[in-house]
Amino acid sequence: MYVAVKGGEAAIAAAHELLARERRGDPSIPEISVEQVREQLTLAVNRVMCEASLYDPDLAAQAVLQARGDLIEAIFLLRAYRTTLPRLGYAQPVDTGAMQLRRRISATYKDLPGGQLLGPTFDYTHRLFDPGSPAPAPSEPRGRVQPVAEPTPHVTVLLDREGLIEANAAADAKPVGDITRDPLAFPADRDVRLQGLARADEGFLLGLAYSTQRGYGRTHPFAGEIRMGEVEVAFTPEELGFEVPLGRITLTECEMVNQFSGSAHAPPQFTRGYGLAFGHSERKAMVMALLDRALRSQDLGQAAKTPAQDPEFVLSHCDNVQASGFVEHLKLPHYVDFQAELALLRQLRAEWLLARGATCEASEPAPDSDGEAAR
Amino acid sequence: MSTPPVYNFAYLDEQTKRTIRRAILKAIAIPGYQVPFPSREMPMPFGWGTGGVQVTASILGPNDVLKVIDQGADDTTNAVSIRHFFARTAAIVTTTRTSEATIIQTRHRIPETPLKDGQILVYQVPIPEPLRFLEPRETETRQMHALADYGLMHVKLYEDIARHGHIATTYAYPVMVDQRYLMDPSPTPKFDNPKMHMSPALQLFGAGREQRIYALPPYTRVLSLDFEDHPFERTRFTAPCALCGATDAYLDEVVTDDRGGRMFVCSDTDYCERRRPARQAGDGGERGHEHR
Repeated sequence: MYVAVKGGEAAIAAAHELLARERRGDPSIPEISVEQVREQLTLAVNRVMCEASLYDPDLAAQAVLQARGDLIEAIFLLRAYRTTLPRLGYAQPVDTGAMQLRRRISATYKDLPGGQLLGPTFDYTHRLFDPGSPAPAPSEPRGRVQPVAEPTPHVTVLLDREGLIEANAAADAKPVGDITRDPLAFPADRDVRLQGLARADEGFLLGLAYSTQRGYGRTHPFAGEIRMGEVEVAFTPEELGFEVPLGRITLTECEMVNQFSGSAHAPPQFTRGYGLAFGHSERKAMVMALLDRALRSQDLGQAAKTPAQDPEFVLSHCDNVQASGFVEHLKLPHYVDFQAELALLRQLRAEWLLARGATCEASEPAPDSDGEAAR
Repeated sequence: MSTPPVYNFAYLDEQTKRTIRRAILKAIAIPGYQVPFPSREMPMPFGWGTGGVQVTASILGPNDVLKVIDQGADDTTNAVSIRHFFARTAAIVTTTRTSEATIIQTRHRIPETPLKDGQILVYQVPIPEPLRFLEPRETETRQMHALADYGLMHVKLYEDIARHGHIATTYAYPVMVDQRYLMDPSPTPKFDNPKMHMSPALQLFGAGREQRIYALPPYTRVLSLDFEDHPFERTRFTAPCALCGATDAYLDEVVTDDRGGRMFVCSDTDYCERRRPARQAGDGGERGHEHR
């Protein structure tokens, strides 16, 4: 009796048990707590919050633990939870100009109002293993630890005063899109594109951004400014009619300044690429800014010929929850379609061999096996 | 979190279900047209049937009887998993009997037992766009649908014939709905295509990752694309099912040893099981059962 597909229920239950055991690892080693993950694997937690579009360090830490450190799985966990949450409304736009800075650097000016502030960065560390475990944190950090108090205008504001950089588009009456509530449609406006990029897979964007630097849709970028710190989130409940602060979140913002030689309607000036990410997520903010600018190519009247300049290509494939789902669904049974292809292939081979036998002289090329990919 | 979250009936919140039902109604009003909808992340991955699950969740009521099949079978792992999901989140009655179900969610097959008036068949759809592999851009294909410009697909089928002497598409075989919209039947084998035509059941198609819903209202004309001199041909099997002897069912090939031994059995497990007692009574034999 054929039993291969039977017993699905028992197999699933057993798989869940095995998974729980694997997740725990050697029981003689103490289990990691959610708090430990939140405090010591902060960059993993930040990435999960960013790509899951939910700012909640505790839940993100729990997701990282439950996912055994697989960040895409953790992002998926948090997204699946996020989608069940009721939507109270939209917060006021955050003011990153008023950010309490912990890090702020500009690659375009040596010194500028507000100064350069290196902050906690890997940038100038030597990637050498510390003997034993990582060095203990110094109890008294040297240098400035108080957040910058003086006003720190964005670098692009300084450029804007001289008209050297394109003005930010004035806010229009159109409500900002929401890709978690409305299906993505093309052509997509910049608000929707930025949302897509904000929750996009960092690795995918990194590769695409890199491709623009290597010549596939060059944008001549300068890191005008990268800043990281805390901003306040405010919400205006309809029944109150005034702003209520909800709390503070950590953000990383990147403004790229890109060369632009001008077009029929615009004089030569710098153009903007913008990136914003939850937590300290510097690489993500940078590649987002590079991609934002690349995706504006068409709007700016430039030829858009490379993958990174193609909004439909980038936005349709940048979501790692969608991408990993569809790629990994190939693990599901496809017996029925495979059977159909098997029968066709046998038929095509029989026909081919028959034709070969009949016309040995004629050197027929082998038929292309361009059957559709199994889905 | 101190208290475990409590989920709504059939998981999705009522607001979301209403949004999805509006998309379904629009889809029913325009048979074969792909309606965009704000697909949610479900607690199973995209590609595992999230579109079908969202459609089922939106139409499910407490008195519904649900059947879930994958590859025609009720006991494939993903069918088991989805059935559990609804049994757990909606506490509804489930069944494996096609005739008893009010809603049947399926991946890759249409049941062999003819569907009845009042039943709803929910398909899980990976790629809703029948023109996708001929033209990957949504901006282009939507325009082609708007203009009913399906020359590209006809050329593809013609090229098949020119190259192979016949149409070399065996599943996800494109259909024309009510002489207006070209539709992907989801990757069901073309064997199942004729069952869609004038079906008394409502057929709903959900593509979660691609954020599209489309539908066939009951008694809709659904014709597989073909040419006058190359009419559509349904897949035929040379042997009957080794378990139930059916000659009118779609069969799976089961490899029984490493010396080329194989048997063919019904992919629709419910159909096969229902037939077996009748067959045993009929010919008093159990030939199919011990095929090795």
